[in-house]
Amino acid sequence: MKAKLDTFFKYLFDYGNYETVLIGLRNTLVIAVCGLLIGIVIGSFVAALKVAGTRNRVVKVISYIGDAYTGLFRGTPIIVQLIIFHFIIFRGSGINTLLEAVIVFGLNSGAYVSEIMRGGILSVDIGQTEAGRTLGLSFTVTMLFVVIPQAIKNVIPTLGNELIALTKDTSVAGYVATMDLNAAFTAIAGATYDYLVPYLFLALVYLVLVVLITVLIRVVERRMRKSERK
Amino acid sequence: MKESKKHSPKFLKTEKTPVEPFDPEALIEVQHLSKKYGSLLVLDDISEKIKSGEKIAIIGPSGSGKSTFLRCLNVLEDPTDGYVFFEGNNLCDLKVDINLQRRRMGMVFQQFNLFNNMNVLKNITLAPVHMGMQDLRKAKRKNALTRFLNLFRSEEKKKELVPIETNKKQIQEQAKENAMRLLTRIGLADKANVYPSTLSGGQRQRIAIVRALAMNPKVMLFDEPTSALDPEMVGEVLQLIKELADEGMTMVIVTHEMGFAREVATRVFFMDGGKIQEQGPPAQIFGSPQNPRLKDFLSKVL
Ligand SMILES: Nc1ncnc2c1ncn2[C@@H]1O[C@H](COP(=O)(O)OP(=O)(O)OP(=O)(O)O)[C@@H](O)[C@H]1O
Ligand SMILES: [Mg+2]
Repeated sequence: MKAKLDTFFKYLFDYGNYETVLIGLRNTLVIAVCGLLIGIVIGSFVAALKVAGTRNRVVKVISYIGDAYTGLFRGTPIIVQLIIFHFIIFRGSGINTLLEAVIVFGLNSGAYVSEIMRGGILSVDIGQTEAGRTLGLSFTVTMLFVVIPQAIKNVIPTLGNELIALTKDTSVAGYVATMDLNAAFTAIAGATYDYLVPYLFLALVYLVLVVLITVLIRVVERRMRKSERK
Repeated sequence: MKESKKHSPKFLKTEKTPVEPFDPEALIEVQHLSKKYGSLLVLDDISEKIKSGEKIAIIGPSGSGKSTFLRCLNVLEDPTDGYVFFEGNNLCDLKVDINLQRRRMGMVFQQFNLFNNMNVLKNITLAPVHMGMQDLRKAKRKNALTRFLNLFRSEEKKKELVPIETNKKQIQEQAKENAMRLLTRIGLADKANVYPSTLSGGQRQRIAIVRALAMNPKVMLFDEPTSALDPEMVGEVLQLIKELADEGMTMVIVTHEMGFAREVATRVFFMDGGKIQEQGPPAQIFGSPQNPRLKDFLSKVL
């Protein structure tokens, strides 16, 4: 074991490979965080369409498309989505693989967040919407400035969960040549002919990340609560 | 029946009743208004006119359709049948921009419904700022189009641009000034920067009222504005509403405060079973009621 550890550290530091790990860490965080942000934007939009209960036909059609989107992205594994986007949709577009991963993870997360946000929007008192609409604000403005901010506050713990899931899911980004954490450690494993130590460290890094995210979410939650009691 | 539709409006629902010409004297005119929830008929063919300056109190037993009637006046509930005219605009016509009409119809709810995610000042300025910005954008778009079209017009045919004398900052500042003036009026200027959750019910309701006033409405609709309040706070809210009434604001108030209805209203509607069963000046409604159900109702509440 000691020998394996030695090899691992030697490979990591003496040969300067820690840089790959840092890039992997950065990419993992970028994919997870940007993916979630895109997810929140798409999810809020789709959720707002779903609760609109509108008489407008165009909106109705878009809302059915939203349903299909949610079903499709929740119904298939993310790795399949990554591969489809990489080899079919983005084929030959020369797009940066990191950006590609961010887009796919954003779309994937949007499908989940749309359902989270739908719950969040429904948990906001209907009186808030009515107050906005009676002041002459449009449905969109009321949603954007009144309902969705309150909905997001209500679903922050659930969004935190989503961020954690996303962070770990990024480990499949390596399949389409994105250098994420998993890919970085897998490269070390391949080079040192030892899988045990690199993967144990990989687990440790994910664990630390998840703990940090958990703490961060708590802080955000508490902040948001406090701001309304001023 | 009397006159066939001149313009054929696109309606919310499949309607059976033809549109009658509205009365230009009325601020709000309701024609054959019906509302069903499933098979439950809540409003039953109500036709009524409300003139500018009138103060209407709506009384009646629970479940008689008072709230539903009030909420149909600004089509917060879609009528199942019939029409609502506001200043001559048919609010049930999908071509009428309902958001534009609602700017002029303030509404105050039993549960206050202040925006929880904004401080008091923002609560009041949100809608006026949006309104200002929307109008500004509209004017700018229009000017851009005119400028473009002017390129193709001969010198004497060029159209004038709409003058734009305001900007975002000015709109925001005016809204803020106006909000502070309103808050000062109700003695809550020091609460401008707090969130609604820290305020008492009476304070919240008075802020909800000035929030509606900030849009300079032509009419105020109140749905039991004091029913959710602790008894000691009812007075301050009724006082504010009374002041508005004295200033000449047109209002429609659903209320269980009979004393207030008698004092402030110019006309009282008694609703039961989805109809306005009896109406008249308060002296008549409270002094010599005719309808047996109204007599029965008054004997219970007075
Ligand atoms: N969204 C809804 N769906 C189904 N039924 C409804 C709905 N809103 C109201 N109703 C029903 O319509 C009837 C009239 O309700 P409304 O709220 O207008 O009565 P109200 O006169 O305001 O009563 P209260 O004095 O209790 O406020 C009631 O029987 C109520 O149950
Ligand atoms: Mg009611």
